Amino acid sequence: MNDKKWIVLGLILFVGLFSFPFWFNVGKAAPAPEVVLTEQAKAAKECVMPTDFMKTEHMQLLDVWRLKVVRDGVSQFVNADGKEFDMSLSNTCLDCHSNKAEFCDRCHNYASVNPYCWDCHIDNPKGDK
Amino acid sequence: MESSRRRFIKMAGIAAVGLSAHPAIKAVAAAPEHGPQYTLKTGDQALQAKQWAMVIDTRRLKTDHDLEPLIEACHKTHNVPHFTEKNHEIKWIWETHFHNAFPGNTSNYMSEEVEHRPYLVLCNHCQNPPCVRACPTKATFKRDSDGVVMMDMHRCIGCRFCMAACPYGSRSFNFKDPLLGLNEKEINLTFPRRMKGVVEKCNFCVERLAVGQRPACVEASGGALLFGDLTDPDSEVRHALRENFTIRRKPSLGTEPCVYYIV
Amino acid sequence: MLDLALKGNKSYWTWLAGLTAVIGTAFIFYLWQLQFGLGITGMSRDVSWGFYIANFTYLVGVAAGGVMVVLPYYLHDYKAYGKVTILGEFLAVAALIMCLLFIVVDLGQPSRAMNVLLYPTPNSVLFWDAMVLNGYLLINLVVGWNVLEAERNGVHYQKWLKPIIYLSIPFAVSIHTVTAFLYSGLPGRGFWMTAILAPRFLSSAFAAGPSLLILLCLFIRNTTKFDPGKEQIQSLGKTVAYAICINVFFFLCEVFVAFYSNIPEHMDHIKYLFVGFHGHNALVPWMWTSMGLMALGIILTVNPSTRKNETTLAVACAAIIGGTWIDKGLGMISGGFVPNPLHEVTEYAPSGPEIVITVGIYAIGALILTVLYKMAIGVKEETHG
Repeated sequence: MNDKKWIVLGLILFVGLFSFPFWFNVGKAAPAPEVVLTEQAKAAKECVMPTDFMKTEHMQLLDVWRLKVVRDGVSQFVNADGKEFDMSLSNTCLDCHSNKAEFCDRCHNYASVNPYCWDCHIDNPKGDK
Repeated sequence: MESSRRRFIKMAGIAAVGLSAHPAIKAVAAAPEHGPQYTLKTGDQALQAKQWAMVIDTRRLKTDHDLEPLIEACHKTHNVPHFTEKNHEIKWIWETHFHNAFPGNTSNYMSEEVEHRPYLVLCNHCQNPPCVRACPTKATFKRDSDGVVMMDMHRCIGCRFCMAACPYGSRSFNFKDPLLGLNEKEINLTFPRRMKGVVEKCNFCVERLAVGQRPACVEASGGALLFGDLTDPDSEVRHALRENFTIRRKPSLGTEPCVYYIV
Repeated sequence: MLDLALKGNKSYWTWLAGLTAVIGTAFIFYLWQLQFGLGITGMSRDVSWGFYIANFTYLVGVAAGGVMVVLPYYLHDYKAYGKVTILGEFLAVAALIMCLLFIVVDLGQPSRAMNVLLYPTPNSVLFWDAMVLNGYLLINLVVGWNVLEAERNGVHYQKWLKPIIYLSIPFAVSIHTVTAFLYSGLPGRGFWMTAILAPRFLSSAFAAGPSLLILLCLFIRNTTKFDPGKEQIQSLGKTVAYAICINVFFFLCEVFVAFYSNIPEHMDHIKYLFVGFHGHNALVPWMWTSMGLMALGIILTVNPSTRKNETTLAVACAAIIGGTWIDKGLGMISGGFVPNPLHEVTEYAPSGPEIVITVGIYAIGALILTVLYKMAIGVKEETHG
């Protein structure tokens, strides 16, 4: 067992490389993104659910929507205020939030998540850029 | 030394497996069936049935010309791409010859008019769908609420077992990005496209049924295609079935297709 | 024991480096497939399974073939096979890993492969196939590794292994039966819808697997200090002789049923493969070559003088491997899809990238087999040498 120094050296190198992103980025935290609301979204005041819920749970809610619409043929969402919505990412969410780049993408990029929704769902249902 | 090191590595390995499984377990466990204070329901306008079915009156669809608008309506509505390479073709509804639509059902010296008519073929939304039996992830399934054989594009792994299982050749696979075969200007913005690597097929226009409209092909057919609930004796399909002699594709396979043909 | 695989001569390392280069090249092509989609293959709407699934099917057979040494040794106490069971088990491991890789490269959305476990669907044969293939892989890895390690340490293998070894025998049969059920339970595919498909798969597996094992044994004898043994090779030769005869017999049964009953749906596929259908005949020369090779294999293995001569036996084994590969790898899958359910003919041939990716997977298998065999032979040389 005279390989000690090589093992230790290897371990140090490994730990160093493995933690590279952390110490390389120390003190350089990107500012939290600000999402932009469209006029239509501002006018509506509240989303399908309270803003706090939407901030943290929109992905789970969308997951429920897609499951229910595709698999159970249930298409309408009624929130606590009794308001009814069509459960559709393109036709409901993006109808209001038609500024995907400033609304969806900013946060997703910041959090480094890359949802593949837009491979199939149109990101500008109104057809304007 | 030797054995303790090995044991350490084994334990570390087991721990690593355990840790990596943890987030997955948590994610599954935490997914809420119903979040706080909301309810889900079927739309008020939605057309409902126990088992949707279609009757195609082939007597009224005499030429390619009569079929084209129906196929066009379907493929436009659902953003079905058009590829020139035959291998990558995607079709939800298309026309074919009698002996292709009904192999094994051909007769000798048939009425030329009947034999040379174009026949529309599409997913039969079988009552015993072999594709549903084959799918390893329930990505294709028969919807309890209305008997439509559906595709869950979010779940499909693209194994194509359903394509081997379908005895009607009704399924297409996205061999490449469907966007390559779509004209950006003509995309129907209210209906999703698909991604490469998943299987797709006719969905009996469930997205239209949900808002009270009949399927696009039926609407474009000017009455040659009838649509309704197979279990309702008063539906227009049941009327048509009572009053006409109809055939189905490969009934001997026991799949119970729900698309009927008046010949 | 992996340390044994780290000591080798120059040709060993050259071979491994060569395999790695092939794998690397194939991986680049796989990245292309990931990026573009399965459109870079020769598959189509009508022939929706191709070379990948065909090779998968063939290799399931090779994996199941390993049981032909495990069964006589452990069930019939045929001592001679004690020397070669490990070779059968490790061959199964390498073949199964290739099988799983072929499934993965065939998926349109490989990143979702785990959906098979997230949404388990017992009515799908593919679900069961995933279960038995992974199960058999695990069994062979655990049994092979532990028995070999016990041998190295000069002790009897652990008691708890015995039931697992017995379990491996029905498992071997199950992997190829379930794989046959993938095809034979589909309505509207006349070529596959035959109860004899699973027995036919097994018979070709029990011919191809042991044939490959014989060739590997001969290679090992010529290149290492370990001799798998003349008796062992001869016994395997007899297994091959029976299995290839049964395989051809089963095929002739199919031909009889299809043509005597005269049902077009069953005849058309066989016609397409052997004489062409409506002018489409891409596979005709291949299928007759396959028949010729299997016939040659029968003549050389059944005839005692040619079976006992290891040179002619090797020729027979190579012929059988080639013949069954064409039969299963080219004919079986394409044959079932042509003509399609609408009675149209779309022919299939694998594309260049598809072949490169396939070769890459075989290279991965060869790499795994080399390392495992290096270990096994290292142990054998230590203990027998």
